[in-house]
Amino acid sequence: MLKGLKRSAKGARVPHEKATAGMATVKMPVPQHVVIPMQMHIGAPAQPVVKKGDTVMVGTLIGQAGGFISADIHSSVSGTVLDVAPMRMVNGTVCKAVAIKADGHQTLDPACTPPVVTDKDSLLVAIRACGLVGLGGAGFPTAVKLAANTIDTLVINAAECEPYLTTDTREMLECSDTILSGIDAVMKYCDIPNCIIGIERNKPECIDLMFSLTRDMPGVSVKPLPMRYPQGAEKTLIETCTGREVPQTAPNGKGGIPADCGCVVMNVTSVSTLGKYLKTGIPLVTKRITVDGDAIAKPGNLEAPIGALYRDVIEACGGIKPDVELGKIIFGGPMMGGAAPSADFPVLKQNNGLLLLSRKAAALPEAEPCIRCGRCIQACPMGLEPVVIAENFKNRDFDALQARCIDLCVACGSCTYVCPAKRPVSQTMALAKAWYLKEKNGKAGK
Amino acid sequence: MEEQRLIVTASPHIRDNSTTRGLMGNVIIALVPSIVAAAFIFGMRSLLVVGVTVAACVGFEYLYTLLLKKPNPVGDLSAVVTGIILALNVPVNMPLWICVVGAFIAIVIVKQLFGGIGYNFANPALIGRIALFVGFATRMTDYVYPDMAVDALATATPLAVDAGGVSLLDMFLGLHGGMMGEVCALAILLGLAYLLATRTIGFAIPGSIVITMFVLTFAATRDLHATLVELMAGGLLFGAVFMATDYVTSPFTTGGKVIYGIFIGLMTFLIRNFGSMNEGMSFAILLGNLLTPWFNDWSHQIPLGRTKQKKAKKEKAAAASAGKGGAA
Repeated sequence: MLKGLKRSAKGARVPHEKATAGMATVKMPVPQHVVIPMQMHIGAPAQPVVKKGDTVMVGTLIGQAGGFISADIHSSVSGTVLDVAPMRMVNGTVCKAVAIKADGHQTLDPACTPPVVTDKDSLLVAIRACGLVGLGGAGFPTAVKLAANTIDTLVINAAECEPYLTTDTREMLECSDTILSGIDAVMKYCDIPNCIIGIERNKPECIDLMFSLTRDMPGVSVKPLPMRYPQGAEKTLIETCTGREVPQTAPNGKGGIPADCGCVVMNVTSVSTLGKYLKTGIPLVTKRITVDGDAIAKPGNLEAPIGALYRDVIEACGGIKPDVELGKIIFGGPMMGGAAPSADFPVLKQNNGLLLLSRKAAALPEAEPCIRCGRCIQACPMGLEPVVIAENFKNRDFDALQARCIDLCVACGSCTYVCPAKRPVSQTMALAKAWYLKEKNGKAGK
Repeated sequence: MEEQRLIVTASPHIRDNSTTRGLMGNVIIALVPSIVAAAFIFGMRSLLVVGVTVAACVGFEYLYTLLLKKPNPVGDLSAVVTGIILALNVPVNMPLWICVVGAFIAIVIVKQLFGGIGYNFANPALIGRIALFVGFATRMTDYVYPDMAVDALATATPLAVDAGGVSLLDMFLGLHGGMMGEVCALAILLGLAYLLATRTIGFAIPGSIVITMFVLTFAATRDLHATLVELMAGGLLFGAVFMATDYVTSPFTTGGKVIYGIFIGLMTFLIRNFGSMNEGMSFAILLGNLLTPWFNDWSHQIPLGRTKQKKAKKEKAAAASAGKGGAA
């Protein structure tokens, strides 16, 4: 009750739609060609190290990390490089991409050998060599996150709060051994004494499994999370699991990060990928994605080579239902994922879903006048006040936006989801945040 | 695949099924027990009053938007809610033309002239009631008493008689004089239960109003019976459940709602006990409505991990003084 007075932060009751949770992962047939962009992470794009006509194998390095905050990129198929050229990504930005014609043999690069890890530095080198980024959707390079020295708690994000998506569920059910070995390696070499695995309550079988497997692991605990979107949002997850709050501003004046409150968050698939890499030496070249929606013939979980085009993924899932008109392609979940303008975009490292909605399911209601009911305020997981912020943004009131902490918006979409007037609340929030940051930088520049 | 016709929109790509019309519909359903109770207690004319007022409200809204070539908002049902609440706020023998005047004030003057739904500064039905109360004072207080009512209530509203002689059961069931919707506490509580169950409103506003009134009245009278009569008499419950909770004119956050509720409870208590009127609820809510922007300003939520801006202020002050020093 008292906490409710401070901040309602109830989140949104989104539908679960986890129809594919019981479907085992199927390996996707190797597509004829893949397109691997050099920007599949937050930070500097990778620099391509292959040229047209080169022969590559599975796991061959094709993109070298372009800075400290960046990640290596490896070929997901064996074959010949068709082209290295700029391409427009699905989010509208342009970056270089390597197109590879697959020979279908999937020969493994002999350079892929299990890394030797003895301490934190060698672990970080191994993580860089694996090309690991946050696989939950953000794509932040993992090695950068783990480099901080102030961490005492590793939070494993297995909330999977987005509707439809079941890739993390399948990871826990199918690859629990590599999850545990990955956690073990991170805790051991980074000297992190505690680990909390946060799993939303709508996955009881995963909670049971993780409970039984971690019983004998000192410092590791499982935390069942309430069934409210967005439990998997980093700051919300840290608060629910540890009670700590990620500060808005770090002591150095930049935006606060989990390390400022002693935490690091890793997605459960990321940590499992690390476990697999330490075991086999095969870098991150495939990704499990949930293919679902009312327009796809055979929904399921697919292990796709990174760079496979949506078109081929859809083909592998039986194509679009014949009597349905495809209305929308969403990469990621329906709450935070983006809509693709066509099926000619590649699957990225951080993609975890591909939703194909019929025109009927994709139709959105018209916006009506705001009735000031305050449901967006109740829902906001960060405790922001979208209706007030929208007003302040309309007035271009910088000080008011600063007082309302607009920079904390995580764009989870809860406010839009719950709005009874069907207003595009989170878009207004995004515009307000962008305007605020621009003004702030402008002021700092003066 | 017909890719050129794909829909591309910003996330999120799904919405819940709540709508303005649905929320207003919930309020209408919650008002049904009060309408039925009014029909039982005061006779069938109450249905006529409700019908005429609702028709007038919807009609005025439609005509206004037609005249000004605005989109037709009748489908959101908010005018229906205003009409029912206004009708339940008049005595049953109110001349129908006065109800139509009230509807005009509520819909055209208070709601539409200020920009329609979402922009009214106070609850339209409330202003309609107050306007009628001020403009047609004798008719608004010309309460009709149900035949079943006991003698103690045959004089005026229970607020004006000695509370000791009033039966609590009669008060609860609504067998006493008053406005049509206000008298039956049972029907109002049924409506509240429905609103809470459908999450149309939260408990913060009605709860804090009633609790504040209870505490203050009990402290003043030290008599549980008199306190309960006070709570069920007049427009307190009806106002707390259906009028103070109007989304547009009540604060956003839980904290703000509690402050607002306490304020309304306090003002009602003060007006009832120290003012010249027996009935203070509608004026208390009006004051609360008008102060809502301030309540909003006083009751902001604390965002997750907010860093206090003190440091920035200090820096600013330091920069300002440095600037002065430089100029000097």
